[in-house]
Amino acid sequence: MEKRIRVLVAKPGLDGHDRGAKVVARALRDAGFEVIYTGLRQTPEQIVEAALQEDVAVIALSLLSGAHNHLFPRIVELCRQKDMSDVLIVGGGVIPDTDIPGLKAAGVAEVFTPGTTTSAIIEFIQTNVK
Amino acid sequence: MNIVEQVLAGSKRALARAITAVENEYDEAVEIMQQLYPHTGRAHVIGITGPPGAGKSTLTDKLTKEYRRQGKTVGIIAVDPTSPFSGGAILGDRIRMNELTLDEGVFIRSMGTRGSLGGLSRKTAEAVKIMDAAGKDIVFIETVGVGQSEVDVIKAADTTIVVLVPGLGDDIQAIKAGILEIADIFAINKADREGVERLNTEIEMMLELNQTRVDWRPPVKRTVASLGEGITELLVAVEEHISYLQKSDQLSMRRTKRTKNELMALLDEQIGRYILKNITSSGEFTAVVAAVERRERDPYSVVANLLRQVLR
Repeated sequence: MEKRIRVLVAKPGLDGHDRGAKVVARALRDAGFEVIYTGLRQTPEQIVEAALQEDVAVIALSLLSGAHNHLFPRIVELCRQKDMSDVLIVGGGVIPDTDIPGLKAAGVAEVFTPGTTTSAIIEFIQTNVK
Repeated sequence: MNIVEQVLAGSKRALARAITAVENEYDEAVEIMQQLYPHTGRAHVIGITGPPGAGKSTLTDKLTKEYRRQGKTVGIIAVDPTSPFSGGAILGDRIRMNELTLDEGVFIRSMGTRGSLGGLSRKTAEAVKIMDAAGKDIVFIETVGVGQSEVDVIKAADTTIVVLVPGLGDDIQAIKAGILEIADIFAINKADREGVERLNTEIEMMLELNQTRVDWRPPVKRTVASLGEGITELLVAVEEHISYLQKSDQLSMRRTKRTKNELMALLDEQIGRYILKNITSSGEFTAVVAAVERRERDPYSVVANLLRQVLR
């Protein structure tokens, strides 16, 4: 009926750069998604709990601090523990190509690096959301 | 356990899913609401409304922390506007409430208005009931940033707090009709700013002219939500309002009115759906539209005829 894709846009970790996250949030809004934006410096526990309460289909993570290899897999793991394995988890930011295979193996569905268009992100979510 | 039993047992996941089912009008939504309804009516529902940027989310955050210190559980429904063009929305009220996320006694849900114009979303009242049934002692409804006439919150809340800030307009704004009339309590937030005395006087003068509600005069409280100032006093005002509602017949009157409104709204919705299905999707209807457009028939008698057909 009125189903709308709900996405949590979250910034884990300690960097204070949210320009990218805001651009993505706005682009997702314009694509008709309901975007829940939680602001800076979120712990993995906060992100997963917010995702649970908001019953989102997608968690979109933005991170520029370099801690992605630790924080992204931790969020995937917490989702598993809370029986939320059906949530699509994507990430973006300054992430070296060499780290991407490891993140995907850990359960991150896709990693978007600088230069990705917002329409590519939207298309990926629309195609892969459960 | 089915989803209703899980909600009643306190599962957050089930609570979240039940709200989604209702918001998206899934097939199971009606059954969920039917089964939850007997468990509702226990929570006190507090509406927080006011213009954009007045500090509604920060105030809700601080009031919630105060209630948590008293050991009460809290549900929060935070409504933000849906874009009329894309149907999308950015729901950003959680930014001011991050410290509540991991509190086991708090559940926060953001909702987009999805075309509703009264400051709430169409399913806000249902979401309140689900949180109520889940055992929350207090349910906050934070409206979208409102202008002058988005007053739906009083249909859903027991106590309505109108949040204002100094410096938004002259005194004629305060005697217009609309959101100022729905306040059970006024909170002047950002009260460390210039203009607070003047705003306070304007509200008091407006209340002075108000002849209709003699038994409860809305108190005016000053807060600086970001610093936590005035929160305890505001909460005392809420408690006073609750005991006023209980002592007078106001609470039962409000709830009777709400029940009536809800039944009417449900009827309205079902009738609308029925008519949509049985009349407006038929080929005959297209012909009628054309006839009205050519001025061969007038819309008033057409509607009267159509209704007669349906209600036969």
